[in-house]
Amino acid sequence: MSGLNRTALYDLHLELGAKMVPFAGYEMPVQYPLGVLKEHLHCRAAAGLFDVSHMGQVILRAKSGDNVAAALALECLVPVDLLGLGENRQRYGFFTNETGGVLDDLMIANRRDHLFLVVNAACKDADIAHLKAGLSDRCDIVVLTDRALLALQGPLAEQALARLMPEAKAMRFMDVAILNWQGAELWLSRSGYTGEDGYEVSVPGAKAVDLARALLAMDEVAPIGLGARDSLRLEAGLCLYGSDIDETTSPVEAGLTWAIQKARRDGGARPGGFPGEARIFSDLADGVHRKRVGLKPEGRAPMRAGTQLFADQTSRDAIGMITSGGFGPTIEGPMSMGYVDLPQDVAGSVIYAELRGKRLPVKTVTLPFTPTRFKR
Amino acid sequence: MKFTEEHEWLLPEGDLIVVGITAHAATQLGDLVFIELPEAGTTVSKDEDIVVIESVKAASDIMAPLDGEIVEINEALIDNPTLVNEDPMGAAWFFKMKPANPSDIDELLDEDAYNALIA
Repeated sequence: MSGLNRTALYDLHLELGAKMVPFAGYEMPVQYPLGVLKEHLHCRAAAGLFDVSHMGQVILRAKSGDNVAAALALECLVPVDLLGLGENRQRYGFFTNETGGVLDDLMIANRRDHLFLVVNAACKDADIAHLKAGLSDRCDIVVLTDRALLALQGPLAEQALARLMPEAKAMRFMDVAILNWQGAELWLSRSGYTGEDGYEVSVPGAKAVDLARALLAMDEVAPIGLGARDSLRLEAGLCLYGSDIDETTSPVEAGLTWAIQKARRDGGARPGGFPGEARIFSDLADGVHRKRVGLKPEGRAPMRAGTQLFADQTSRDAIGMITSGGFGPTIEGPMSMGYVDLPQDVAGSVIYAELRGKRLPVKTVTLPFTPTRFKR
Repeated sequence: MKFTEEHEWLLPEGDLIVVGITAHAATQLGDLVFIELPEAGTTVSKDEDIVVIESVKAASDIMAPLDGEIVEINEALIDNPTLVNEDPMGAAWFFKMKPANPSDIDELLDEDAYNALIA
């Protein structure tokens, strides 16, 4: 796989028997010998360790040194209340474009004298260019290429990580902290993308293997590949950028309005001022024509991205499309999400998916498929 | 036992042939989560897609290895597709077929030729 980047854990993945695949320009483990199903179930029952070092880690620091200035600057690119983001707290957000679509979703942490961003691997070059184009007059934008990113997820993640750094235990969902471990500075957040409690840990690249080995040595921790990461996030009802949200979906259609705090809405303290505000405000005020919904196939066949949805068995025109789909190991059955025209988005509606020439019933359901277990 | 280049195994059993997928194929596919088998009594032609299997990763089709008639299907797989990962060459057979021309099987790969193919 020439021309692909490797993370600091590449050799460890091979040693663990991972099957490596190209993903967003990186060679990444899609699964380990345990296999996707058992990896998924292990993460829900104990703790799973993920290498997410392919994601972009960016420091945003105001040239004035005042973090309020950095927050106000970034508010020009994301419809998120960043002035209201407390120190050592993190928020989910997204970059919007001029038509109110989503350029990427990201995590934003307030680390007292700067903001720390984590962006998707596939979008990171575009995101960094976007940040520089929009904010470089006011902010220094530093892309960190010498740090790995690990995620430890699952009900036993706290117990496992606290064995190495007891301070991790006191963190709540979306807290961030800087902790020292064996002389290395670790940047923790109590978050993740599996629906489970857990942490993401930014670690200097040179220390990443040591940290991964220390965690993997514990009985409750197993390495988890991208295959199970996808089924875990889908069960948790979380969007995959590029599939469930993209430049054509508004956050309102995507059901992400919870991430647009009051301060940034019409009538708020700092309404608008982000790309695409006209569309997003009109979507909020007037409603939308389609919505992202959970979809539960009534049979056993998985329905994957691209599957067309219909109101009934015979109608000619589709009313929507599946954007993510597969098999949910925890729910022991197929699961999908996608966009459907109103009013079929109402939970409990039965619609039809066209699969291999047959129309099969699918029920629209409220996400997530499995209850989230964040430590709030 | 005979093999196809599509990673099926065929085992004669009286005047029927038992068909499944090889351990190599099962490993490559990963954990299976769904199988749709043809109905018993269906007449099939060689290379016709007759089985849909889905792993955690993707959907694939399995082709009829010979002309003939599907006589029996392995209902256990419908409720437990992961049986294919656990015992692909044994308990996880897919279907039994009655070949139209019993000698057709002779033209398929023997074990050495199949092993060379996947080596």
